[in-house]
Amino acid sequence: MSEKTLTRMDLSEAVFREVGLSRNESAQLVESVLEHMSDALVRGEQVKISSFGTFSVRDKSARVGRNPKTGEEVPINPRRVLTFRPSHLMKDRVASGNKK
Amino acid sequence: MIRSELIQKIADENPHLYQRDVERIVNTIFDEVTDAMARGDRVELRGFGAFSVKRRDARVGRNPRTGETVQVEEKHVPFFKTGKLLRDRLNGKA
Repeated sequence: MSEKTLTRMDLSEAVFREVGLSRNESAQLVESVLEHMSDALVRGEQVKISSFGTFSVRDKSARVGRNPKTGEEVPINPRRVLTFRPSHLMKDRVASGNKK
Repeated sequence: MIRSELIQKIADENPHLYQRDVERIVNTIFDEVTDAMARGDRVELRGFGAFSVKRRDARVGRNPRTGETVQVEEKHVPFFKTGKLLRDRLNGKA
């Protein structure tokens, strides 16, 4: 496994190569895509990208947690969490690509 | 929101781009993430989240219907961890 870490820069470089816009505009488009997805999720919407996966927001209710070191009880407030469910296509591609 | 709605929003904001180019741009971004994970790479998008690959060890499974044991091979699965900024925004903190 190569184990590299890609960032926004790599995504905008890919957009730059694919469409031939300026590097600056490519970077802005990557940012817009992430912003629109984030905004939809913050509004509580599901973001469903076919053949990629689905991001959904789930409500977690309050519960009593415990500090594992001290054993002390601490209240955990209700919160919203994001879950990502990869599509079958992504699961298959990740499984076959990483097979020894 | 689905892929086509995302493409439409980007197209509306960028009237100088052809719709089909906007489609290619959005598709390129998602394909790039999938390709990276298929190579075993991580994709870290600060503020949004990080995509990575997790290994699931081989195990002895069981067919729930027949009770028969089956050998399940080691496999790799996609994983997403929400970024701090987005997690805070979901909870009205940013």
